[in-house]
Amino acid sequence: MIEKMDQIFVSLLHWLISFLPAFLQPFVGVVICVAVIVCLYPALFALAVLLERKGLGRMQNRYGPNRVGPFGILQPIADGVKSLTKEDIVPLSADAVVHFLAPVVLVVAVFMGFAVLPMGRNMVLVDMDAGLLFYFAMSATTELSVFMAGWSSRNKYSLLGAMRAVAQMISYEVPLLMSSVAVVMITGSLSLTKIVAAQDSYTGIFPHWYIFTPWGFAGFVMYAIATTAETNRSPFDLPEGESELVAGYHTEYSGFKFALFFLGEYVAMFSISGLGTTLFLGGWSAPFSFLTWVPSWIWFFSKIMLSICVFIWVRGTLPRLRQDQLMNFAWKFVLPMTLLNLFVAALWHFLGEGWQRWVFCSAILVVAYVAMGLVEMRSDHFGPRKYRYAE
Amino acid sequence: MSVVFYILAAMTIAGGLAAMLLKNTVHCALAVTVAFSGLAFLFLELDAQFAGFAQILVYVGAVAILVVFAILLTRGSETPKDSVYSKNWLAGLVIAAGVFAVLGWAVLQSAAVLPHETATPTVTVLDIGNALMTRYVLPLEIVALLLTVAMIGAVIVALHEKTEAQ
Amino acid sequence: MTPLTGFLLVAALLFAIGLAGALTRRNAILVLIGIELMLNAANLNLIAFWRYGPHPEALTGMMFAIFSIAVAAAEAAVGLGLVISIYRHAHTTDLDMMNRMKG
Repeated sequence: MIEKMDQIFVSLLHWLISFLPAFLQPFVGVVICVAVIVCLYPALFALAVLLERKGLGRMQNRYGPNRVGPFGILQPIADGVKSLTKEDIVPLSADAVVHFLAPVVLVVAVFMGFAVLPMGRNMVLVDMDAGLLFYFAMSATTELSVFMAGWSSRNKYSLLGAMRAVAQMISYEVPLLMSSVAVVMITGSLSLTKIVAAQDSYTGIFPHWYIFTPWGFAGFVMYAIATTAETNRSPFDLPEGESELVAGYHTEYSGFKFALFFLGEYVAMFSISGLGTTLFLGGWSAPFSFLTWVPSWIWFFSKIMLSICVFIWVRGTLPRLRQDQLMNFAWKFVLPMTLLNLFVAALWHFLGEGWQRWVFCSAILVVAYVAMGLVEMRSDHFGPRKYRYAE
Repeated sequence: MSVVFYILAAMTIAGGLAAMLLKNTVHCALAVTVAFSGLAFLFLELDAQFAGFAQILVYVGAVAILVVFAILLTRGSETPKDSVYSKNWLAGLVIAAGVFAVLGWAVLQSAAVLPHETATPTVTVLDIGNALMTRYVLPLEIVALLLTVAMIGAVIVALHEKTEAQ
Repeated sequence: MTPLTGFLLVAALLFAIGLAGALTRRNAILVLIGIELMLNAANLNLIAFWRYGPHPEALTGMMFAIFSIAVAAAEAAVGLGLVISIYRHAHTTDLDMMNRMKG
C-alpha cells in the first residue's frame, strides 16, 4: 500500500500509455510528463504568488489581499485575468523581434531545467548522466533573455537594469556552481538521481542529508545566497527594485509578456529550490527514518514550498544590497568560501569516520568565515565621495 | 542521415550567416548565439553530452554575454554611417569561398577511406573525470594556468587608466 | 553521403562563413565573432571524428574539444578587452579607420 501510494503517478503513467502501440509509448509517455510539469508548476506559481503577498503583508503588519474570495484565495485568478486582458504595448522604437522573443526564451530555459529534477522515487523525466551540468547550462541561458529584454526596449532604465541583472547573475553563477561541485565530488556523479540515492540512508533516525555535515551546511548557505541572487530576489533585487529603476528590464512589458516574466522568475525559483533540495536536503527522502511511509513526492514538494517560504521571509526581512556591495560580496567573500568548502569537503572524505572530522572541518569553516568577514567586509572606506563618470 | 541533423545543420548555418550579414551588431551577437546552440545540439546528436552542455554553459552563457557587453561598451549598437563591410570585402569573400572549396573537395574525395557507422560510444562523466585526472592532467593544469593568466590580462588591458582623462 | 561527411561539410561551411565574416566586416567585435565561429567549426570537426573514429573510448576528440572550448573562452575575453581598450584610445571600432601605426 505504501509503495503503491509512493509510485502512484508512475503506475498511472504506465497504465495510460499501455493503450498505445509499443513504438509510440516512450514518446507519448514523455509528452504526458512534460504536460504535467507545464501545468503543475504554474499552478504552484499561483499559490506562491498568493503566499508571497499575504506573507509579506503580514510581515509588514498589514493584511495582504483579502477582497477576492475568502482570505484573498482567488487573487491569483484575478491577477491572471488582468494580465491576459491588458493591452500589449510595444514601444515604437523597440526592436520588435527581440522584444517578443525575450520572455519566450526565459520561459523555455526555465522549464527545461525541470527535466532532470527527481521529484520522487523513479519520478525523473530524463535520467541524464550529466544532469547537473544540463541544469546549469539551462540556467545560463536565462541571463541572455534578461539582456534581450533590457536592450530591446530602447529605454535607458531598462538597459541599466538589464546590465546590472546580468552582471549580478554572472557573478553569482560561480559560487552556485562551486557549492554544487562539493556535493558532486563527495557523491562521485553528476547524475541527480545518484546524488539523491546517496543521501537516502539513515543512521538511527537521522538521515544522511548533506546539509547535516559541516561542508554541506556551509555549502547550502552559500547555495541559498547564490540562488537568491540568481533569481533576482531580495536582498539582491536591485535590477528590479521599484524604487530604483522603475521596473528594471521589464519596464516596457505589459500584459501577457509581463506575466510571462513574472512566471519565469517564480518558476525559476521553484526550479532552483528543487535543485537545492536535491543536492543538500536529500531530494525526495524523508527527514526521519520512521517517516518513510509518507510518499516521496510529498517530501519533495514540501521541501520546495519550505524553500519558497524562506525566500519570502528573507524578502520581507532584509534591506536591499547596493550593486557594488553585492558584487563585492560575491567575488571577495562567497567565492573564496566556496573554494575553501571544496577543500573541507575533500578533507571530510579522506579523514574517515569519527568525531575528529566533525571538529576539524567545522573549526576550519568557522575560523575562515570569521577571518574573511573581518578582513573583507570592513567598511572603513568612507571618505569624501569620488565620482566616476561613464565614457 | 536523419531529419534532425538537417534541421540542426540548417539552424547553425543560418545563425552563422545571419551573424556575418546583419547590420545591427547586437542582432549579429544574438544570431551567433543561435549558431552556438545549434552546434551544442549537434554535439548532443553525436553522443557527446558533456561537450554539448559545456558548449551551452561556456559559449551561450558566457562568451555571448561577453560579446554583448563589449558591443554596448564600445557604442557598437549605433547604426554606422558607411557600409558595414570593409573596402576589400570581395577579396575576403573569394578567399573564404576558396577555403570552403578546398575543404569540401578534401572531405568528398576521401569519403571512401573515412570511417563509417560505428556503435554508439557509452561515455560517462566518470570516464571523462578519470581521463582528466590521469591521461590529460597536464593539459588540465596548463589550461587552468592559461585561464588565470587570461583573466588577469583581460582585467589589466581593460582597466580604466585613472591618470588620463580625469 | 555518410553521417561523418555531412558533419564535416557543415563544419567546413561554418568555418568558411566565419572566415568570410572575419575578413569582410568593419567592426572589430564582429571579426572576433567570426573567429569564434571558426573555433566552433573546428570543435565540430573534432567531435565528429571522435564519434565515428576507430577508438571513441580513448576520449581524445572529446577532450581536445573541451580544452578548445576553454581556450576559446579565454581568448574571447582577452580579445574583447583589447577591443574595449582600443576603443577608448581611438574612439572607434572601425577597422578601416585603424590603418596607421601612429598612436
